Amino acid sequence: MDFDRIKEKLNILADAAKYDVSCSSSGSKRTNTKKGLGDSSGMGICHSYTQDGRCVSLLKILLTNHCIFDCAYCVTRKSNDIKRAAFKVQEVVDLTISFYRRNYIEGLFLSSGIFKSPDHTMERLISVAKKLRLEENFNGYIHLKSIPGASDELMREAGLYADRLSVNIEIPTKSGLKLLAPDKKHEDFMKPMEKVKNEIIQYKAESKLIKSTPKYAPAGQSTQMIVGATGESDRDIMYSSAFFYKNYNMKRVYYSGYVPISTDPRLPAIGTQVPMLRENRLYQTDWLMRFYGFDIRELLNDQNMHLDMEIDPKLSWALRNRHLFPMDVNRIEKQQLLRVPGIGLKSANKIVQARKFRKLNWEHLQKIGISTNRAKYFITCDSREKELRDLSSEHLKQLILKTSHSKFRTDLSPQLSLF
Amino acid sequence: MTGTVLKYDGSFQGFLTCIFTGYEQKLQVVEIVPAGEDQQQLFSETQIIIADEQKALRVLKGLKAKVSTNTMTRINWAFLSEAPGIEMKLYNMISYIFSTKEKVDTDYSHPSVLYISNIAKQVGREKHRMEAFVRFRLTKDDIYFAIIEPDFNVLPIILKHFKSRYADQKWLIYDIKRKIGLYYDLYKTEYVSMELPEDIGISGGNPEYFEAGEIYFQKLWKEYFDSTNIKSRVNMRLHVQHVPKRYWKYLSEKSPFA
Ligand code: SF4
Repeated sequence: MDFDRIKEKLNILADAAKYDVSCSSSGSKRTNTKKGLGDSSGMGICHSYTQDGRCVSLLKILLTNHCIFDCAYCVTRKSNDIKRAAFKVQEVVDLTISFYRRNYIEGLFLSSGIFKSPDHTMERLISVAKKLRLEENFNGYIHLKSIPGASDELMREAGLYADRLSVNIEIPTKSGLKLLAPDKKHEDFMKPMEKVKNEIIQYKAESKLIKSTPKYAPAGQSTQMIVGATGESDRDIMYSSAFFYKNYNMKRVYYSGYVPISTDPRLPAIGTQVPMLRENRLYQTDWLMRFYGFDIRELLNDQNMHLDMEIDPKLSWALRNRHLFPMDVNRIEKQQLLRVPGIGLKSANKIVQARKFRKLNWEHLQKIGISTNRAKYFITCDSREKELRDLSSEHLKQLILKTSHSKFRTDLSPQLSLF
Repeated sequence: MTGTVLKYDGSFQGFLTCIFTGYEQKLQVVEIVPAGEDQQQLFSETQIIIADEQKALRVLKGLKAKVSTNTMTRINWAFLSEAPGIEMKLYNMISYIFSTKEKVDTDYSHPSVLYISNIAKQVGREKHRMEAFVRFRLTKDDIYFAIIEPDFNVLPIILKHFKSRYADQKWLIYDIKRKIGLYYDLYKTEYVSMELPEDIGISGGNPEYFEAGEIYFQKLWKEYFDSTNIKSRVNMRLHVQHVPKRYWKYLSEKSPFA
């Protein structure tokens, strides 16, 4: 191995890949068979964290940053004056294996600029995955980027070796896409997504009948949207997101605050702050939609086009719906518990367990770990102490803001615990 | 005489034997201490407990009937915390479990149940961290070697993870705090004790011990780590929250040498 040359390529091609925020390596269920290398049946592991607090779990690189397209929001765009490089297929395989054996990573996340044609590019990505699986007997995690415009046959093959496939939508609205990536068509993104979705459904149905059916993209598909590049509203973003979850069985939608990388007048200027707080609020909303039983229309609608940046979206919803509160924690269903500000998934479960044994009072609730300084305005329990509740919603919001921890205001990251 | 102090060999089996003995002889147990450690209770009778597989198994069987598998794991992990007095906390929780008809292992309003749950969570976190932060270095004799210094005795519970992941390479994880290693020879794992040369270091690739390419992979990894950072998003407070400084020593990507 020529280490210096590899090091230079790694520098260029990791740098170009870092704007893709997805780093998940969970949900695959691929176990180590026949004493091979690796296992991705457990939860994904973060082997390190970048200084901006993101999990490092995969070797995330581009195969090459040569690209025939010119999408305005992307560092790899054709017109950008940057150093270009390309890995050989075998180099990526060797690097992945050497890092994996040292317990640096959970696997590989391989994306690429589009060289020659979408099919040509997709083929190369697939050959890396194929080599890892068949020649190296590798059972670690592989995430491949689906190249917009790649053929159905290639997408079908990709899923046989990859755990996850993703196409980044990047721009949440059609009009935005037209403005910033005029040579890309909306359909080019949808087609591979549609194909992968259908294959997943088909393989699942077959494996119920025939046990030996091979795995097809067992960790599903994901996508990413850039936030704050085209003036879209939070409602636009989250409605698109809800659409992808529903129609393409997405495992995850990622939101990536736009990092200014261009002087293009269509985009925010270089030096503009990355909208990290907004990104965080979007993740919270995503969470509420997927795990807390909220319909997105409850959180964002014509009256509420944008999320409140000062408080989290659940509290914001609760303050708009004071007529539903207070709720009695010793009686309400779990679904209702999840709607109370200050009660998260874990504490809701613990409450349900613990109240079987005795009626819970404030002390119990505090020990269980709910955040009583916000919950106390929305619940009653087995205790005579009660909070004043004839405050206006605005007043209540100020009161909670004053007593809440700074973590809701300063440390903002998608991987932060959310409520 | 007020109550009995039980002394045991420090093993989990030994501890379970203590529980068995406590019940069988209807003792009023006031303290359980590993041999070699001083007891706090001065005016109690002391009884030496010899670990007994059959007795331990009977306690486990009794427990299994009354608690979930999650609680079994929690009991085991809490024990590995080696926290001072952990034995009595476990003893109290287990007595509570045996003394009630209903299943009470998730009654978090009981102080011992909550305590065990919390300390097991800490051990779980350390297990998870070690699974994440172990950094193997390839030695000249083809063994992937890592040094750890965990807060709790986690080797027994990280074994399974590494064995199923690295089934086709020899590896050795050495706990320098407890001076014991876990070695996998492609067929089985076993605990080993050994003397480490002082200059072996926690990272780096001293050519006396490590394969020639080793240092380069550490450098490549650091290169990767540095390239993947987005400067306009740096947030050191969050960073330290994810990886407390005392764990940095494991992470060669953070070390200045490479
Ligand atoms: S096609 Fe992909 S890599 Fe090429 S410029 Fe557009 S977004 Fe960037």
